[in-house]
Amino acid sequence: MVEYIISKYNYWVYIFLMMLGLYGMIGKRNLVKKLIGMNIFQVAIILFYISIGSKVGASIPILTAEDLHGMADPVKYMNSLPHVLMLTAIVVGIATTGVALAIIIMIYNRYKTLAEDEILEIRKKTGA
Amino acid sequence: MRYGYEQCIVLIVVVPLITSFLAALLGWFKRWLCYPLVLAALGISFLCSLGILDLVMERGTIHYWQGGWEPPWGIEYVVDHLNAFMLVMLTFIALVVAIYSKKSVEQEIPEKLVPYYSIFLLMVTGLIGITVTGDLFNVFVFLEIASLTAYALIAVGEDGAPMAAFNYVIMGTVGACFYYLGIGYVYIVTGSLNMADLSQMLPGLYHNKAVLVGFALFTVGIAVKMGLFPLHVWLPDSYTYAPSASSAVIAPMFTKVMAYLMVRIFFTLFKPHFSIDLIPITQILTWVAAGGIIAGSILAIAQTDLKRMLAYSSIANIGYIVLGIGLANRMGLTGGLLHILNHAFMKGTLFLVAGGIMYKMGMRDITQFRGLHKKMPFTMGAFTIAALSMIGIPPTGGFFSKFYLVLGAIDAKQWAFIVVLLVSSLLNAVYFFRIIENAYLEPPVTAYATDGGTHEEIKRDELPLSMLIPTLIMATGVVLLGIFNERIIAFIIRFAVPASF
Amino acid sequence: METVYSIKPLLAVLVSLIAAPLILLTGERQKNLREFWTILAAVIKFSIVVSMVPLVLGGKVIEYTILPIAPGLLLQLRVEPFGMVFALLSSTLWIATSFYSIGYMRGLKEHAQTRYFFAFAMCLSSAIGIAFSANLLTLFIFYEILTISTWPLVIHKETKEAIVGGRKYLFYTLIAGTLILFSAAMIYHLTGTLNFTPGGFLAGHGTPAMLTLLLITLILGFGVKAGIMPMHEWLPTAMIAPTPVSALLHAVAVVKAGVFGCLRVILYVFGPKALTDLQLWLPLAYFVSFTILAAGLLALGQDHLKRRLAFSTVNCLSIMVLGAALLSKSSITGGILHMAFHGFMKITLFFCAGAIYVKTHKEYVSQLDGLGRQMPLTFGAFAIGAMGLAGVPPVNGFISKWFLCLGALEAKEIVFLVILLTSALLDVAFFFPIIYKAFFKKPLDDVKPHFDEAPMFMVVPLTLTAIISVVLGIAPDAGVHFFRIAKLAVNSILGLGAG
Repeated sequence: MVEYIISKYNYWVYIFLMMLGLYGMIGKRNLVKKLIGMNIFQVAIILFYISIGSKVGASIPILTAEDLHGMADPVKYMNSLPHVLMLTAIVVGIATTGVALAIIIMIYNRYKTLAEDEILEIRKKTGA
Repeated sequence: MRYGYEQCIVLIVVVPLITSFLAALLGWFKRWLCYPLVLAALGISFLCSLGILDLVMERGTIHYWQGGWEPPWGIEYVVDHLNAFMLVMLTFIALVVAIYSKKSVEQEIPEKLVPYYSIFLLMVTGLIGITVTGDLFNVFVFLEIASLTAYALIAVGEDGAPMAAFNYVIMGTVGACFYYLGIGYVYIVTGSLNMADLSQMLPGLYHNKAVLVGFALFTVGIAVKMGLFPLHVWLPDSYTYAPSASSAVIAPMFTKVMAYLMVRIFFTLFKPHFSIDLIPITQILTWVAAGGIIAGSILAIAQTDLKRMLAYSSIANIGYIVLGIGLANRMGLTGGLLHILNHAFMKGTLFLVAGGIMYKMGMRDITQFRGLHKKMPFTMGAFTIAALSMIGIPPTGGFFSKFYLVLGAIDAKQWAFIVVLLVSSLLNAVYFFRIIENAYLEPPVTAYATDGGTHEEIKRDELPLSMLIPTLIMATGVVLLGIFNERIIAFIIRFAVPASF
Repeated sequence: METVYSIKPLLAVLVSLIAAPLILLTGERQKNLREFWTILAAVIKFSIVVSMVPLVLGGKVIEYTILPIAPGLLLQLRVEPFGMVFALLSSTLWIATSFYSIGYMRGLKEHAQTRYFFAFAMCLSSAIGIAFSANLLTLFIFYEILTISTWPLVIHKETKEAIVGGRKYLFYTLIAGTLILFSAAMIYHLTGTLNFTPGGFLAGHGTPAMLTLLLITLILGFGVKAGIMPMHEWLPTAMIAPTPVSALLHAVAVVKAGVFGCLRVILYVFGPKALTDLQLWLPLAYFVSFTILAAGLLALGQDHLKRRLAFSTVNCLSIMVLGAALLSKSSITGGILHMAFHGFMKITLFFCAGAIYVKTHKEYVSQLDGLGRQMPLTFGAFAIGAMGLAGVPPVNGFISKWFLCLGALEAKEIVFLVILLTSALLDVAFFFPIIYKAFFKKPLDDVKPHFDEAPMFMVVPLTLTAIISVVLGIAPDAGVHFFRIAKLAVNSILGLGAG
């Protein structure tokens, strides 16, 4: 069991990070903390993708001259496609963070606070 | 000639994409340029979608390799009957709402006109992209384009909007993350991202745990994005506080595209046999959907804010669509797909009317609607038609989708769902007739009458034509979809339903 | 039967459907033009319907397919004898009601007249659509349009009471609609068709339990409009509406559509064979008999004139359904004839009630003492209508009731003969005191001693319908051949050939 856990430690790390992020999004009452939780959540998934693409002792999939003559050995190469996909995901993540931060600024300008409870209270008072 | 037709598949995405940046750029110098640019782009997209539909009806499924890269390595756009009709619907509604939006945006958020239109177009691009692509990861990219822009479109609304948008960001991101985590799991096992390729590879792997996890993540992720009860919490606030034009474009389109994606994944990516027999996911979904239908309808009755009521009614209607998907037989799925179309039109109409009322009266409280039919007879006429369709009164479209859903439930021998469908249309009647009653009958409150509140004194004060005509077009669409539903089914939807049903 | 393809049935539906927006657009400013549309549409509709009579009498069926509405289902109109009876009834009475409405609405200076005439035209379109529907789905579509377009009429007064009445009306009819929708879907699932077939098409399909359930849901569904107890609640409440509306509700379109639906279900969906095989006709007959007697008794207790008439309608409607449920040749003839003839008598009575209200603003039976001297034409017509409903010759009600009684004997169920006769006695008991009061009691103080009738627009229609009632009583085949058409319908249902 222990071995099983240790041998797949990368997945456990990503699951731990994901849950951490989820907790941040649900459990925290401050909007910025929620946003940080969201970021951790996204990063966890990015780590997951990176770990599924990598192999111990392998290198980037660029064919060398000798490969061209003989058979290319798949063991020598990582699958870099998930890594490339993550470039897109990182961009998406940054964009999301950007939008979220912009919205947070709007909220702050409107309510002068970022605590969810207080905002709810203010809104209840103003009837909006 | 036909070669040119094929380019439509890529033009339908590229034209609005480029124009959205162009609009931002040119709008910097000449604000008035934005509106015609947006209309032109959406007009071209609409024409493209018609061209695609024509081509699909003639030739069946068509493929387009992005940059000439051969799938499964390159990104492939695939259009069959299912997404061809979705494309026509999306581009048409986007065009109509865009025409409508001018006055409304100018009134509600005049200072943000240029970025608004740019983002509006970008969102439409995203939605079209999700529909047109045949690549799982590409779906994610377009999904995020559409979502991010939707957050922005909502956030610029009135007082509660930023908070609603923020909640939507969190929920939406979780949904999207689940979705691309699902892609990861499927990728581990198959090493492919192309849907057609995957659907060939997956049947041998249906008992693989990673595939099962991937499938579960897809389902949950999409369910969050489409606002399926009980994952709908972001939806009511977002629809309520968004600017009128935003809710009129997000409400009919966004959740429908997600429903489309669900059909794609359940019945194209995975074979129906997997989604129905191997794991009981469709069965679970029907019950969730039934819960959503009833809960959404009851919550809608409790609302006094028109847009919030419409939002809850959207939750109920997403329930209808998912119920149709979950029934997983020919009639049921036909009903579900038809309801995607019908609901897009009726909800579009209703949100356009809500926007119109906001524009003229500056409020949405349905208890204040007294005497509105005198003030805005055509708008209220459109509202009535759409409301009747929501209730399911023939010959409007809503009746027919409900009819097929009932037939599907009978075919599946699911008596409980028949009861749910029938009861929900009565609940719909309760909340829509409440408004119709208010708008048509009760004497108007004195504020709107010049002479002691007598009937005759209300001046007609209709919407400007640029808002009224789109509203009426949509309302007419609701009726036409009903009358010609058989044509739509015979020529398009029949082929969109998996052959094994 | 030979089928003729013609666009006429569609035109008959479309005439008032086209008139409706014209009425709406013309509006209050050009009253006379607006009323002109109504009258014009009514006359054209009537002539179209009548022009189809010879073909129907010749044993032909006129068919027009509008478009396919669902896979395997057509939006189709088919004119055959039974539907013709209903179409003739509504199109004839629409003319009378149009004139009368103009008199009534202008007489009382009612508000929202445009909406009123608009909804009226919509109602008539759907009534004709119902009459000519070739299948259950087409019928359902028109039936629901009728439901919705009647609603503005029910709430016309816009008072609290009217709105509550309207809500009640919608509550009942929309539930009914969903029941019919369910049944239609179920029947489609069982048989793959919804086309009305004389003599029914359900026999041999589905389990007995399922068929019983379907009969219950369908009869409940259509029975709501037909006012079968316990679903009649909305009907007396809807009496709050203006009188021409009540006339329309009771005589021309709405409740008749309910009865028409019930008869369609009994005779054209289930058919005598299925109902006999399943032993369902007798329980059905008992079920409606309860309404016949209960409504008769309740009518006795009503002081409000229109409510009394409403309960009388409930009573008569169930008599029609009873006629069909007994499944014998004469009883079905009687049921179909009563559907037509009752329309003429009941509309006369409502016209009279309206005329009284416009002239004197009296609504209660107890206020009518001696009013017959002031309004002899109105009360004369009222007497004729009342006699007809009680089954007194020579008014047309006698003929239909005669056939119904014969039918009860043919079905060898004496109980129903007793019920029919009792209900006729009840009719006498609640109508004749009104006539007695009006003509023979000492006039109340506010009654004018001299002749002072309601406006001509009202008196002429009500006199005419009364005269028609008598003429049809003496010669039931006069004019548009109600009797022969009804016989044709019965023969086709029972499979007796064209004779």
